[in-house]
Amino acid sequence: MTITPETVAFAIMSVLVLGGGLGVVSSRNLIHAALYLALTLFGVAGLYALFEAPFLAAVQVLVYLGAIAVLVTITIMVTRRLMGITENVNRQWPVAALIAVLAAAILGFVVISQFAGVYPTQAVPPDTIERMGQSFASHQGFLLPFEVASVLLLAAMIGAIVVARD
Amino acid sequence: MSEWAFIALLFVISAMLPMVPIVGGRLLGPHKPNEQKNSTYECGVETVGDTWVQFKVQYYIFALVFLVFDIEVVFLYPWAVAYNQLPLFGVVAGIVFIVTLAEALLYAWQKGALEWL
Amino acid sequence: MADVLASLADIYTTIGNLLTRLFVDVLGASPELASGIIKFLGAGLLATSVLLILVFNIWFERKVMARIQDRIGPNRVGPWGIFQTVADLAKLFTKEIIIPDGADLVPFMIAPVISVMSVVLIWAVVPFAPTLIGTDLNIGALYFVAVSSLGVVSILLAGWSSNNKYALLGAFRGVAMLVSYEVPFVLALLVPVILSGSMRMGDIVRAQSIPFLVVMPVAALIFWIASVAEVGRQPFDVIEGESEIVSGYHIEYSGFAFAMFYAAEWAHGFTVCALMTVLFLGGWRGPGAEQIPTLGIVYFLGKTFLVYFFQVWTRAILPRMRIDHILSFSWKFLVPLSLVLLVLSVLADKLGQLYIPGYAVAGSFVDLLPRTALLLVVTLIVGGLAALWVAGLGRRERRRQEAALSVASIEGRAAQQAR
Repeated sequence: MTITPETVAFAIMSVLVLGGGLGVVSSRNLIHAALYLALTLFGVAGLYALFEAPFLAAVQVLVYLGAIAVLVTITIMVTRRLMGITENVNRQWPVAALIAVLAAAILGFVVISQFAGVYPTQAVPPDTIERMGQSFASHQGFLLPFEVASVLLLAAMIGAIVVARD
Repeated sequence: MSEWAFIALLFVISAMLPMVPIVGGRLLGPHKPNEQKNSTYECGVETVGDTWVQFKVQYYIFALVFLVFDIEVVFLYPWAVAYNQLPLFGVVAGIVFIVTLAEALLYAWQKGALEWL
Repeated sequence: MADVLASLADIYTTIGNLLTRLFVDVLGASPELASGIIKFLGAGLLATSVLLILVFNIWFERKVMARIQDRIGPNRVGPWGIFQTVADLAKLFTKEIIIPDGADLVPFMIAPVISVMSVVLIWAVVPFAPTLIGTDLNIGALYFVAVSSLGVVSILLAGWSSNNKYALLGAFRGVAMLVSYEVPFVLALLVPVILSGSMRMGDIVRAQSIPFLVVMPVAALIFWIASVAEVGRQPFDVIEGESEIVSGYHIEYSGFAFAMFYAAEWAHGFTVCALMTVLFLGGWRGPGAEQIPTLGIVYFLGKTFLVYFFQVWTRAILPRMRIDHILSFSWKFLVPLSLVLLVLSVLADKLGQLYIPGYAVAGSFVDLLPRTALLLVVTLIVGGLAALWVAGLGRRERRRQEAALSVASIEGRAAQQAR
């Protein structure tokens, strides 16, 4: 295996994702956990950029880092009781760790057994975003999911407002 | 891929640029901490209680409404790029999407979720 | 002779070629390594010039503001006080960086770095001239929105890690305001993307045979207001309102850590001017810029500084708004307005494409005239109606307050007479 800039970037991003994930579950301070989560999300954005999915990368940063990470942090800060927790309150963590390791092993097995040695056969076409937009708005494409997504988000907002205010 | 190489380089450089003077300032500048200097600044008055005063839930609601709008607008960008090639039907599909977005705004407005006080 | 002139006309490509030849032929590097080194040099030059131009910008802004407020402004260090910023920097560099008790050290130190990064990274997709752009990403417009949304993270980090009530309050206000104005910002940004049919910043500039400011002035205005709010300048400076929360999220910062927040804020102020220029004023376009790319940067910087002057102007003459007014203005005026504008103009434009003969969506100045005329009419009608509505609201509110005042004053006088 040769070391190219791509492999180096992939290694850095993977370390960010995995290290961030480990930080999320192991840090006692909830705000620190949220910050580690932001690190993980950033690493995922980097991976998308590396895999030539720039639109997904930008969306990942915009939505996950710029909105969801901020929302999570604000939620922790607004809920005063959560701020005080510094002790490890979850007594079942050994079981959870075991289950997490098992899940990772199964997922890893599936990925390796199914996709080992599979490489992209053709380059990414330059007009992917245009094609995506066209398929969003045609009946042969994803018109129904596109419109349903907006209805779903409407429902999500109604639910959130009802829960937060009442 | 090479498009992102420039951004990766700029990322590293733009991180170094502020870090070097901050670390340098910390090394070169004076460093004489004392109890008064390091206390939390509240215009010279002793701080009372915790920093963690209870914040209004309103901040949370604004962030939430923003999140919904953010995701919706992201869907509109590919549609906007393809706009010139779309038939009238495709444009109307986008408009239906925007109207649903407006409906969400109207709901939040009527429910008073956009009121500050 | 003609060769020299041709190479001078596109000086950016010439310099790039010369450097490649230097690295490959003279120093014996591989072409990939050479292009990597050139990218590195370009990125370094870009990042440092974004920060160095601040030395001039800060002086410029202080001087203009001083003149508007009938003062002289900085005039001691150097001719016309032009080295004032250098002196300030030297002073800040020798100051102690205080870390207050109870601060969370790592986030406390990372926050100013992220804040600078979120601004400098935007410049990667800004086209300075036809042949001079950091990288022309196919998602350029979305890229800079994504990157600038990192600024929110830095404000939240700084506010939280300082362990100070004012800092936390400033950060919370900042987050509420920045997220509220990101919605109209992103919605108004859809307009240039729709008009040019691309998210590449280079394509957006190339599509502006007629600047988009002329095609959709109301969208440009919404984008402008939202971007001033994103920077957090007057009248939107509640994040650091001195009279209420002392200095907001960066209250506990000192020395160069503070200077970095300061630099990021001012650089952001200049950056949104550059974005405004690229998206609505035609970027590097100007007489002869297509043939002589070297000229592009002159037009680009000229327009950017013109926009910057307007920004300083508004900053100097407008008072700070109240936070609830700021938020209502975004959610109850800018967002609905941009939604209505988007729907109507998209519909009118598509119908125009289908039914008006000679209706072109790309091409030269003359080709674009029908589209411009149609969209301008739609925009002006929507904008005019919105302005009338706001004027009506204001009039009603004023009448209500005047009525309340007069009743109160009558009652007061009656009470005095009774005594």
